[in-house]
Amino acid sequence: MGRYVVQRLGQMVPVVIGTTFLIYALVWALPGDPFAAKCGDRPCPQRYIDRMTAEYNLDDPLPLAYLKYMGNLVTGDFGQTFTGASIADELLQRYPTTLQLTALAILVEVVIGIAAGVLAGIRRGGFLDNLVLVSTLVVVSIPVFVTGLLAQIMFGVRLGWFPVTSDGSLFSLVLPAIVLGSLSLAFVARLVRANLVENLRTDYVRTAIAKGLTRQRVIGVHTLRNSLIPVVTFVGADFGGLLGGAVVVEGIFNIPGVGNMIFRGINAHEGGTVTAAVTVLVLVFLLVNLVVDLLYAVLDPRIRHV
Amino acid sequence: MSRPTIPDQVVPPPARAGGRRAAGRGVRPGRTRRGRPRGGGHAASTPHSLAGDAWRDLRRSPVFLISAAIIVVLVAMAAAPGLFTSTDPEACDLAFSRQPPSASAWFGYDLQGCDMYARTVYGARASILVGVLTTIGIAVVGSVIGMIAGYHGGWLDTLLSRVTDMFFAVPMLLGAIIVLATFPSTVQTPAWQTIGKVVLALGVLGWTTVARLMRSTVIQVKQAEYVQAARGLGAGSRRVLLRHVLPNAVAPVVVYSTIILGVFVVLEATLSFLGIGLRPPVISWGIAISEARAYIRQSPHMLLFPGAFLSVTVLAFIMLGDAVRDAFDPRLR
Repeated sequence: MGRYVVQRLGQMVPVVIGTTFLIYALVWALPGDPFAAKCGDRPCPQRYIDRMTAEYNLDDPLPLAYLKYMGNLVTGDFGQTFTGASIADELLQRYPTTLQLTALAILVEVVIGIAAGVLAGIRRGGFLDNLVLVSTLVVVSIPVFVTGLLAQIMFGVRLGWFPVTSDGSLFSLVLPAIVLGSLSLAFVARLVRANLVENLRTDYVRTAIAKGLTRQRVIGVHTLRNSLIPVVTFVGADFGGLLGGAVVVEGIFNIPGVGNMIFRGINAHEGGTVTAAVTVLVLVFLLVNLVVDLLYAVLDPRIRHV
Repeated sequence: MSRPTIPDQVVPPPARAGGRRAAGRGVRPGRTRRGRPRGGGHAASTPHSLAGDAWRDLRRSPVFLISAAIIVVLVAMAAAPGLFTSTDPEACDLAFSRQPPSASAWFGYDLQGCDMYARTVYGARASILVGVLTTIGIAVVGSVIGMIAGYHGGWLDTLLSRVTDMFFAVPMLLGAIIVLATFPSTVQTPAWQTIGKVVLALGVLGWTTVARLMRSTVIQVKQAEYVQAARGLGAGSRRVLLRHVLPNAVAPVVVYSTIILGVFVVLEATLSFLGIGLRPPVISWGIAISEARAYIRQSPHMLLFPGAFLSVTVLAFIMLGDAVRDAFDPRLR
């Protein structure tokens, strides 16, 4: 286990360095004037250019500038918005909301997704199976921003079951979380179903049935547990998609999170704010993936003993 | 399931075998199972080629026929929108602003008083163009990088694989937002540039899975006896790659490309909805939906029609991908 953790961490470091370098280079070091797009439709004021040049060390050669930038990131300095407010403060204020939203979305996708997958998988080819397959296909093909707008108008405005926009309460995050999690929910359901069908045909399941275990125990303990390992991997890899979706969903439902900051930054043409906030989301995604990798080893003994 | 950082050997056998059906259904990147060389051994045991078998299967699959028919209509719409409507999508009259569907305008009018049906038909072009161009781009770039890494091996493989990991680690929508926030388009930007930027923004991060698929196939095919034989007979690297490796590696890339095309269509629409992807004067479903957002209570038709066309397009590509994958997977025979 210890060796596995060290190995994982060792693989993670170059990826984090490379990814942050990639983002830094995309934002500041591609050919052309980096300030052409940072201040909306007007040209940037000289004072802003001076400030950003100093802040991102744009006069230094690229590797040195990147190193200084990383130093800033590590010490929690994410730069300033166009108006001069600290992005770190702004993020600190907003990230709990985004975490709540994504955590709720993961809860929705895991609970409903696994339930639907199991119901479909235990009676392969039955009515429920076909229902789940068709409905997940429909969910997958409708983009999140369309689902979001439709849900807002249906359940928010027409039926009045949920608040139309966020009022800061946890309840007002429920509808956005369902919208955000719906796409992944469909994948989790299909993943669980496919794995369950596959595992139900294995020898150890036949043995378990042969020695007289109840159906609940065979499915609930022996089969499902093995079928859930890929789901953990999926949820980790999919977290990046959820963060991207959070930009859309927080924009639609006006939830004061990091995604909303990006959404507004795009509309105000504040390239600097957008890129800083997105960089933070990418870093969070990398961190979550590392945690999932480690969790994976805890869940699956075959990996631990490699 | 390909994971950002886990090398193949630590993925346990049940996860790989179990992930087979569902993994291929992924419409987002990173969910396609690593490919295996197909056709090599298969073709030797039967007189049919894999492609021939797959094509015979496909022609009998209703899912394939339905999705292919939808896609043919969409491509026709993109290539020659004039066949479907004689109304000019740019001819707008503010007097008709947001009028609901009627006999004279089946889909109603949008905010500017433009005919929604004409705008929706003309909107197919941007979506299909972005989807097809990005997919071709990532298939070519990813294949070349994967082939070099797999065939050359050694330090070059290590280097290219780590670079692939770095690009893979950035979620596609977030990465595209960064690129497009750095190079935004304005109303003055010519249409081809606006579309080109979106294609580049998606392509920059989209090629990684193809590269991984290609690399693993090449590594497996490299050791095959017929490749050794070809080398022994004096074939050069290029001949081995083009004649022996590529035909074996093409099936997984084709399957992945069909599925990912739908994803690119969604991502383009999402970026346009956010106001960072395509811009007017380009006509796009994403822009239309973004415009409908403020009037959704009074004029839901402004959301429904472009939304429905977008969803049907994505659905068609997912179904096509499903059918193609089933046909090309010899283990399902």
